Amino acid sequence: MTRKLNLRIWRGDSTDGGLKDVVVDVNEGEVVLDVIHRVQATQMGDLAVRWNCKAGKCGSCSMEINGKPRLACMTQVASFDEDETITVTPLRAFPIIKDLVTDVSFNYKKAMEIPAYEHPAELGPGEARMEQIDVERSQEFRKCIECFLCQNTCHVIRDHEENKKSFAGPRFFIRIAELDMHPLDRLKNRKRTAQEEHGLGMCNITKCCTEVCPEHIRITDNAIIPMKERVVDIKYDPARMFSGLLRREKRD
Amino acid sequence: MSGVFSPTRAKISERTLRTDKWWLEPLITFAVLISFIIYATWRAFENAHYFVEPLISPFYSPCLGEVCVDGSTMLGTPFGTITVLGMIVSPALFILIFPLGFRMTCYYYRKAYYRSFWLSPPACAVAEPHEKYTGETRAPLIMQNAHRWFFYAGLVFNVLLTIDAVIAFKDHHGEWGHMSVGTLVLTLNATLLWLYSLSCHTCRHTIGGRLKHFSKHPVRYKLWTKISVLNHYHQQFAWVSLAGVWFADFYVRQVASGAWTNFYFF
Repeated sequence: MTRKLNLRIWRGDSTDGGLKDVVVDVNEGEVVLDVIHRVQATQMGDLAVRWNCKAGKCGSCSMEINGKPRLACMTQVASFDEDETITVTPLRAFPIIKDLVTDVSFNYKKAMEIPAYEHPAELGPGEARMEQIDVERSQEFRKCIECFLCQNTCHVIRDHEENKKSFAGPRFFIRIAELDMHPLDRLKNRKRTAQEEHGLGMCNITKCCTEVCPEHIRITDNAIIPMKERVVDIKYDPARMFSGLLRREKRD
Repeated sequence: MSGVFSPTRAKISERTLRTDKWWLEPLITFAVLISFIIYATWRAFENAHYFVEPLISPFYSPCLGEVCVDGSTMLGTPFGTITVLGMIVSPALFILIFPLGFRMTCYYYRKAYYRSFWLSPPACAVAEPHEKYTGETRAPLIMQNAHRWFFYAGLVFNVLLTIDAVIAFKDHHGEWGHMSVGTLVLTLNATLLWLYSLSCHTCRHTIGGRLKHFSKHPVRYKLWTKISVLNHYHQQFAWVSLAGVWFADFYVRQVASGAWTNFYFF
C-alpha cells in the first residue's frame, strides 16, 4: 500500500544549508534509505547520500533520523507514526561535504594512530594457536562495521571539536580492547597509551556509543570499562602496581 | 562556536532534532537521586530512631560511636564521641562515605548523574551546554579511578549488613528462630546489595576481566561468565538496591520511633 510521507531533508554544504520539506510516496516495508532514493530519483536529482549494501553491513548510510544517529537502510518507515514528519540530517560530529554526506576521514586518521597487533617473535607463520574461549572474547568487537555512529554520538568530540586531536573515540577503544585482550599480542604499554595518547580518560561512560551501535556491541561494558579498569591496574592502584613490579610484568 | 555548531559542521540551529521524550529519563533520574540525597542527609544527621531490637538501620550499621544506643554497636565504639561546634557528630557520618563513595564512583551511576545532574550530555545526540570538557582526566573526576577501593569497602559492609539480617531472625527479647517483616526487609536489603556489588564492573574485572588468557584460568573464566550475566543487569541492581536500602532505613525508623509495629510471623 502506497501512502504519502512528509520528509525534511537537510540540503547544503560547508557554506550554508537548511532543512527542505518534501512529500514523497512510501510503500509498505520500506526503509528510510528507500524513501531518500525515491526523492533523489523524482524530486532532488542532485541530492548527495552515501550508501552501499542496503543490508546494515557496510556502515555507509549513517545519518541522523529525527535527531538520532542511525543507519538509513535499517530504519523502517513504519517505525514512525503515519502523520509524523521524518527529519533526515547528516552526521553532526563531522565536517559536512554535501547534503547527507560528511567527511569521516577523522576516523581513518585515528585508526592509523592505534598501534597494530605485535606477533610473538618466537612463533613463526602458522605456529600461533588460540583456544576458542580466547577467540570468542574479541569476536564481539570484530562485528564492528565502521558506520561511525558511535563516534558521531560521542559527546566528547560531537560537542567539543577541540577534543578531536586527543580522543580516539569508542570505535577505536574497542580496537584497543580487542588487542589488549588478545593472548598473543606482545605490544607493551597498550593500556598506558590508551589513557595518555588516545584519550580513554575523557570518556565519562554515558553509554551513547552502546545505545546507537547497530551491531549491538556492548562497547562501554565490554571494551571501554574493562580498559579503564586495566588502566587503573597500572596507573591508579598502588597494590596492583606493586605486585606487578614484584612479578616483573608476568603475563597472565 | 564549538561542537555541533562548529563552522565545518552542517548548519543546523537546533541543539537536537530528537522528537522523542529524551528529557524524561534524566529528569526522573534527577528527581529520584536528589530525593534520596535529601532523605539520606536528613537521616544521617538525625541521629535517632535507627535501632530497635533486633533491627538496625543500614545507614547506621556498624554503629561506631559512644552515642550509639545500647545494643547497636556490633564492632565497639572506636570513634568515641566526636563533637563539632558543640554538637555530637552522628555515627552515620563515620561510615556513610564508603557506600556513598561506592555509588558515586560506580560506572552505572556515573552515567546516570553525568546525564541528569551535569547534562554532559543530557541525552544521546543532545548537545551539552558546557564550553569545555576534559572528562575524567583531572581532579576531581580522576578520583573515579578509586572505584575498586570503595568496592572492597562495600564488600565489608555487605558482610556486616548480612550479619544484621541474620540477627533479625531473633525476636526483641534476643531469642533466635523468629521472623518478622523487619527480617524480610533487612534480608532483602542485604541480598540486593550483594547483587549490586557482585554485578559491579570492578568485580567482573577482578574475577577474570583482567586476564589475557581465559584458557589458562578455567575457574576464573567460569566465574567471569557468571559475573558477566549479573553485570548485564547492573543498572537494575543499582536502582533496586538503592530502593532497598532506602526502604530498610525507613522501615527501621518507623518501627524504632513507634509509628509502626514490627509484625512477627513466628
